[in-house]
Formats: sequence, C-alpha cells, structure tokens
Amino acid sequence: MNDELARLIGFIDAGGMSRRGFLTRTAAFGATAALATGLVGGAAYAGEPKKGGILRMGVGGGESTDTLDPALAANKVTGAANRQWGDELVTMSPDGKVEPRLAESFESNADATQWSFKIREGVKFHDGSTMTADDVVATFKRHSDEKTKSGAAGIMKGIKDIKADGSTVIITTDGGNADLPYLLSDYHLIIQPKGGVDKPDAAIGTGPYKLKSAQAGVRYEFERNADDWDQKRGYYDGVEILVINDSTARNSALQAGQVDVINSVDPKVAKLLSKAPGAKVSAVAGRGHYVFIMHCDTAPFDNNDVRLALKYSIPRKELVDKILDGYGSLGNDIPINKAYPFFDEALKQRPYDLEKAAEHYKKSGHDGSPIELIVADTAFPGAVDAATLWQASCQKAGIPLTIKKVPDDGYWSDVWNVKPFCASYWEGRPVQDQMYSIAYLSTAEWNDTRFKNADFDKLLLEGRSELDPAKRKEIYAKMAEILWSEGGVIVPMFNDFIDAYSDKIDGWIEDPNFELMGGKVSHHTWFA
Amino acid sequence: MHPVVRLVGQRLGIGLLLLLAVSVLIFVGTELLPGDVAQAILGQSATQVSLANLREQMGLNDPAYVRYFRWLFGVLHGDLGTALTNGANIRSEIADRLANTLFLAFWAAIIAVPLAISLGLIAVRFRNRWPDKLISGVTLATISLPEFVAGYILMFLLTVKFRVFSPISTIFPGMSLGDKLYAIALPVAVLVLVVLAHMMRMTRAAILNVMQSAYIETAELKGLRPFTIIARHAFPNAVAPVVNVVMLNLAYLVVGVVVVEVVFVYPGMGQYLVDHVAKRDIPVVQACGLIFAAVYIGLNILADVISILANPRLRHPK
Repeated sequence: MNDELARLIGFIDAGGMSRRGFLTRTAAFGATAALATGLVGGAAYAGEPKKGGILRMGVGGGESTDTLDPALAANKVTGAANRQWGDELVTMSPDGKVEPRLAESFESNADATQWSFKIREGVKFHDGSTMTADDVVATFKRHSDEKTKSGAAGIMKGIKDIKADGSTVIITTDGGNADLPYLLSDYHLIIQPKGGVDKPDAAIGTGPYKLKSAQAGVRYEFERNADDWDQKRGYYDGVEILVINDSTARNSALQAGQVDVINSVDPKVAKLLSKAPGAKVSAVAGRGHYVFIMHCDTAPFDNNDVRLALKYSIPRKELVDKILDGYGSLGNDIPINKAYPFFDEALKQRPYDLEKAAEHYKKSGHDGSPIELIVADTAFPGAVDAATLWQASCQKAGIPLTIKKVPDDGYWSDVWNVKPFCASYWEGRPVQDQMYSIAYLSTAEWNDTRFKNADFDKLLLEGRSELDPAKRKEIYAKMAEILWSEGGVIVPMFNDFIDAYSDKIDGWIEDPNFELMGGKVSHHTWFA
Repeated sequence: MHPVVRLVGQRLGIGLLLLLAVSVLIFVGTELLPGDVAQAILGQSATQVSLANLREQMGLNDPAYVRYFRWLFGVLHGDLGTALTNGANIRSEIADRLANTLFLAFWAAIIAVPLAISLGLIAVRFRNRWPDKLISGVTLATISLPEFVAGYILMFLLTVKFRVFSPISTIFPGMSLGDKLYAIALPVAVLVLVVLAHMMRMTRAAILNVMQSAYIETAELKGLRPFTIIARHAFPNAVAPVVNVVMLNLAYLVVGVVVVEVVFVYPGMGQYLVDHVAKRDIPVVQACGLIFAAVYIGLNILADVISILANPRLRHPK
C-alpha cells in the first residue's frame, strides 16, 4: 500500500492528478481520507484552528415555508441551519465510517437484532438541561410514532422497540439490521430535549451554535455555544446563514466578500469561479445521482430488451461532460458507487454501444411506436438537455425516443413514481442496504421502477443482518449484478457536490456525505 | 351629498365587491393546481402514511366550499389563519414581508415618479431636439432590458468589479435606516430604470396633446417662457392620464417585482408568494392574492379620484 501511495503522490507532484482524484483513488485501497489529505502537502490542515469571526454562509435551496423542526427538514437551508444547533447520536465521517457523537459507543448482539448505544455523559442542551437517555428515546419515538410526519419515518419503520436503560439506549429491530448506526446518522434525527415534542421548532439542541434569530427563507443567526460538549469544533463567534436561492447572486455575494462560503455552485460556472480572486471551489464526489426510471411492469418497459437497448444507447460520457461540465462520474445503472462502504469494483462499466442498443431493440420486437420520456428541469439540473442529447443518440440506433417536457410544478406528485418513464434524481444514502430498501425492494413505497425480483429481495434481507463485511460485500455484488442486467433504472451519472469558499477560510475538508463539508463547515473550519 | 363624496363611496363599494369576486377566483385557481398540499410539502420523501396524516391534520379532506367560507369568515375577523406548511401566523409573516415590499416600492417610487415627470417636461420643452431624443432613447433602452439582466449588469459592475454596493439586499429587523437604504440601493436603481420610461413617455404624450390647444397659443402670445407654459398651463390639464400610468407603475412596484427580489435576495412579498404557491399553501396564496388585488383596486380608485379632483368640469358637475 505504501508503494501505491508513493506512486500517487508522485502523480500529484507531476501535476497528473487533482487532489480529489488522489482522494478517490486512495480511498479505493483503504487509506483514510485524513491520512491521504495529510500526505498531500497538508494544505487543509496547515494552520492551528483560530477562534473568532462570524462565518457568513450563502445557502441556496430555502423557502419562506421552512420550519426548524428537524422532522420536517427537507431542503438544503434547513439542513444547514439544523446542523448548527443540533447533533445526532452518530455521524458519518468524511471517510464513510460511523462516528459516535452523542452516543459514546455502540454495539450490537450477534445477529444485529439489538443495538445498545451508550449515551455521552455531561452533555447539556442549550436550555441548560442535561441530555439523558430518556431524551434520546423520546426523540426517536417522535420520529417513529404512527402519526409522525417525519422525513425519517421510513428509516425508523424497522425499529420494534426503543427503551432507556440507565445511560444506555437499547433499540430492537425487526430482524437484524447491521446498518442501524448508519441509519441513525440521518439528518432528521437530531436529539432534542424531551424529544422536542412540545416545541419541535425551538432549535434547542447540543450543537456548537445557539440560535439567535430565524426568518424562514431569509436569514438565520447563531452565536457560539460556549458550553459546547465538544471543544474541538465551533471556532467562530457566530454563524449567519443568508438564504440566496439565485445561483448568480450566490456567486457574486462570494466574490464581493459579502459571504464566506456558498453551496450548490452551477457546474457551468464552477471553473470560472475557481479562477476568481479570493475564491476556492471544492468539488466532491458524493452518492447523489441522476436517473431515468422505467416501470418494469408497464409496456414496453416490461421487456428487458427494451430496457437494455435504452441502457446501451445513453451517452454517459457526453452527459458527464456537457450536463455536469466534468464535475461528476459515470454511472453504471446501479445506484451505488465508490462512496459506499461495500462497493465491489468487479462489476464492469456498461459501455455506450449503439450497435448493441440496436441489436437489443430489434430483439425486443417493439412495434416502433414512440417511447415517451417525461422530463422537467426540476428532475435534475439540465434534465431536459440530457434527454435531448440522449434522443439524438437513440435516433442513430433506431430507437424512437420522444421527449415530453412538462412544467416543474406538480412533477413530484403527478409524474415521478406515477408515469412509466421519466427523469429523476436521488441524493443517495449512507449504505447499500438503505438505498436498495427504499427504492428497489419489491415492496418499497418509492420503488419508482416497479422492480420486483424475489432473489434480489432475499439477498437484501440476508445482507441486512450479516455482520461479516466480506460476506456482505459478496451479497451486494450479486445484487448489483441483478440490478445491472435486469433493473428499470438507468444511472448515467453521479454528480459532485460543488461548494465555493473564500480563501480566508482554513481547515476545509472534502466530505462526500453532503455539500458544505457534510453540513459541518462551521464546525471544523476557521478564519486563517 | 357632495357628488365627489358619492362618487368615491360608489367606487369603494364596487372595489369591495371586486375584491370578493377576486377571492373566489383565487380560490378556484388554487384548487385547479395539480397535486395537493400534503404531497407538495413532503415532496419526494412522502409516504402514504405521512401523506394521510398530514392531510387529516390540515383539514384537506373537507369540501372546497367549506374551506372557502371558513377562510372568508376568518379574514372578516382580521384572522388570515396559519400557514399550512410551517404553522406560522400568516398575518404577522405578511406584515413583515409587506413592510419590506412597501419600503422598497416607496423608495423606488419617490425617485422614479418625480424623475419621470421632470424628464417628461424636459422632453416636451425640447421636443424633437437632442435632449428629447436622448431621454426617450435611454429610458426606452432601460425598459426594454429584462429586469434580471439590468440587475446582473449593475451587480457585476457595482459589487464585483467595483465594490461600491452589496449584491445581497437582505434587510432584517435591527438594521439602521442608513444600512437598509444602502442595502436596497441596487434593487431601487433597477426598479427605477424599469418604470421610468412608461411614466416619462405618458407625461410627454399627454402634454404634447394639450400643447395643441388654443389657450397654450394665448400663453405663448402673452410672452410666457416655454417652461412656464408647460409646467403651469399644460401639465395640470394633462394630469389625468399621467396619474393613471403612475398608479399602474406603483402597483407594479408592489406586486410585480419578484424577479428583482430573487436577483437581489430581497425578502419581499413576491418570493413569499411564489414559495407558498409551489407548496400549495392555499391560505397564504389567498391572503397574498387578496392583498395584491386590494393594492391594485385601491391605487386605481385613487387614480380616478385624483383625475376627478384635477378636472374642474368633473369637480363641479352641472
């Protein structure tokens, strides 16, 4: 491994590889991100953290309808705001591992049906009360209650019982779940005093910053929590989140020095912005991906040859270059990529092969009537352009793909998961089990491809309670193979998270979990 | 009863009836939107159970007319209800937003209206000579430019190239008046550019119309200075059409500036309405729609009244 590292470092020195490329490759043979970043000149860890200053964040994706109730957090701004004041039991580290936070440690029994989380002692909420195991239990109950509106209701569904035992929280699941700690890192599951039942949007938590003022869709203001239980974070005196939904306005706010960090940089201007004085651009390969979904139970997509013809005809490379402007990677018709813990490299990349597409199309015996793809730009940025490029290549293969462009309004209720063939996106999940369970299990509510495969389902349940990593990897490899050859999902590309920040900021870490360093930019950076 | 008072009373009554009709139209319109509130709020993360729970909690299962009258009853009692999406009190939310919108509209109007009218007067004074052509050319160019283009150009020049102003116009309670004015300088500039031409051209056209009259010729023969003739004799008789156009532009400044709000990140009514339409938050959409309709109707009544007062023949009917 050391030889391999040395080779890669040589590569960077020779200018042959970006820092990001280096990170992805080192991750592939198991070096942690921290080790890898430390090797590359240590740029990100150059200075000692300094305290002071107000971090001003320009965040897009907020609305005046937002609330600070973590159960209802559904966009980037509320996600970012909740990260300031709240913590989960566990969190995902930049290298894809589960890191204990408000839980000090956790362990499971032999078949992963029962997990116990030892709750950290001496942690105080912003209102001065001490966090106990009862608060944790109350929080989880609020999210798993039958009447809950929580965005985490789906992942709490498999939990049978939650109880406190002294300073330990014991969670029993239906059947084993080896991934439970990963699931509990979900951004909705912020621990609130008494579960936040009385006032869910009070923004009282254990985070590094306390809420000072909130105006939905406009501005949030936080001040440092001097009594933070974790003194190795939260270096700023305060944090100000300005909601800036217009991408151009975000860019100019950063360039004019009115904010210090922005999210969701348009790939088309990212390269230009990285050349602007005082601005740095960070692009991180994450788990988010763009998809075209076909219902496997509706003609003509019930014929696997039609599905394969479409899969071979999509110009993946061109889409990554033109739609993502290079800020992304090729998809391989499974929702899983290297960012997942048990990813198996063995599955070969499906090529762009028009001959094969034509061959499958002919074999399908399709009558040549138009195959209608429904798109809107809300499906993913550039969805309409992507469909047009795809249509051009389908024409060459003799596949009669037609595009129906519909308004953004109502797309998620009337088209997605309703119509047999449309564009969509997924933000990805921390582990395979969760990604497959929410969208590819026969009985999943969001099975937006109507993919029903008994072997696949069986493997999924087998993998869920398997604690041996080697065996799990094998199981997930088999599942990927099934989905790759028979699934109704076409994954042409994985998109990068692109943020930009002022060069006054030090300590930036590339975190594949989410944009803005997994939402923790205010925790772990500081003004140089 | 004085005929003017009666006229104003009539206008107000018709205005109220119109508002009622508008509220029905808005309600029907929101009903026709595809998708429902629960689905829009939960978005892609909706499950059947959470959808059903949310619908029940919001009373979405009641028939449409029941929900309409329930709302109307509340409004007549000064209660605009709570937002379906985040449970916020609509009246206090709208109060903040409306104050911001009126703040921006006020400063844009206080610059644009006198400027447009003076430019119109100057254009008439020098009609068909270079000042007239310059004024017309420049204002027509700025009105032809889409607002967001004008916004981005100003932003690029005055915030990125030369850091004179700030690109983000977010204002919030606790800012001093000076800070607020500084923050809104760019959106005000864009709005002035957008509304200037319409009012200026109308002033020019209306005065030119009057300039053909015999009494203007008399004034000229009296030896009055050209500008005095325009300002003292021609303009008062051209007030009616000008006032109508001014009111139309004022209404636009209140209800139509969502693009400028987005570009400069200004927390006004426009963005607030758009967010809630997208989420099918019917109480908020109706409240906003009603306020916008009231602004339009109110300003038009005002325009009518001013026209009447400005015209002696209407002021003293035989």
